[in-house]
Amino acid sequence: MTPRLRRRVFLAAAAVAGALLLWGLTGLPDYGVYNGPYGDVLNRVAVAERKATNVVASVTFDYRGVDTMGEEYILFAAVLGVAILLRAQRDETEQPPDEDAADRRAPGTSNAVRVIGLALVGPVVLFGIYVVSHGHLSPGGGFQGGVVLATAALLVFLSGEYVTLRRLSPEVVLDTAESVGAAGYVAVGLLGVAAGATFLANVLPLGHPGALLSAGTIPVINLAVGLEVAGGFVLLLSEFLEQTLVIRRPGEVT
Amino acid sequence: MRFLPYAVAAWLLLVGLYGIVTSRNLVHMITCLSVAQSSTYILLLSVGFERGGTAPIFLDVPVGTKAVDPVVGALTLTDIVVGATVSALLLALAVQAHKHHGTLDPERLKPERD
Repeated sequence: MTPRLRRRVFLAAAAVAGALLLWGLTGLPDYGVYNGPYGDVLNRVAVAERKATNVVASVTFDYRGVDTMGEEYILFAAVLGVAILLRAQRDETEQPPDEDAADRRAPGTSNAVRVIGLALVGPVVLFGIYVVSHGHLSPGGGFQGGVVLATAALLVFLSGEYVTLRRLSPEVVLDTAESVGAAGYVAVGLLGVAAGATFLANVLPLGHPGALLSAGTIPVINLAVGLEVAGGFVLLLSEFLEQTLVIRRPGEVT
Repeated sequence: MRFLPYAVAAWLLLVGLYGIVTSRNLVHMITCLSVAQSSTYILLLSVGFERGGTAPIFLDVPVGTKAVDPVVGALTLTDIVVGATVSALLLALAVQAHKHHGTLDPERLKPERD
């Protein structure tokens, strides 16, 4: 099929699909008018039931906890897939980046970038830990905080060298963080079974709304997810950097 | 204004799909998929929005304050995380496709001979 024909077929199909879509969307309540019962019910009862002031967190990690576990394993599987796809293939060789064209040095990082980058690493890690650990109280949680933590690794790469990043975050540490995080979610779920309730039931003491130690299993799951997301995203970052910096195909000019 | 967010969602979906269909570069194609996917964020959040509602977080405001639907917020969170990881996986596939075929143009990707 030529690109031109394909475009025409698509535009015809899109016109029909778009019309149907708009027609369907007109059946929704007006924007700004909320009719569904679930949001109102949850907003009324969730804080009293789960003692987490962030109702989105109680939905994500408690009421819909099993779905989020599935989501976490999508993340796990995707990171695994990237790692398998990008690790050295049979006919490729690994080469430390500094052996590459010794006579042509890459321009070094400027001192301004280096100083600001390194100065930001500490605050970013602290902020990541804050976002993960306060997920049940205020906006944030394991997914968001985990990504913030992973950006700390990116700052190390930007302000220093790839080799430093690898030394600070060896693969075995990342793999372990990711796996412990993924397994931790299931372990918390089994805690409910062990206590005689259902899988992922919130069986830990709930405490008082607004306290750091409250909401039972929600902050524990947040920690597990934060660990997994941070490990997973640094792993993704390392795999893609390794692809450009270390792995060489046979015959590729080095 | 009553319909605008829904129209934006429909537009993003269609324009993203158009980009995927006509793309000449795999990285561009993956970005277009992200555009198409972002329509779902807008649709979900618009459905749960209530005029005058605050975020469903009752740390500074008492329970009973008018707030938007937390369920769609949680669904959007799921959506974003899955979208980001799927993009990463597709980009890894694009890297491998470039290695094997020397091009990122989907028109010029030939089936493997062996």
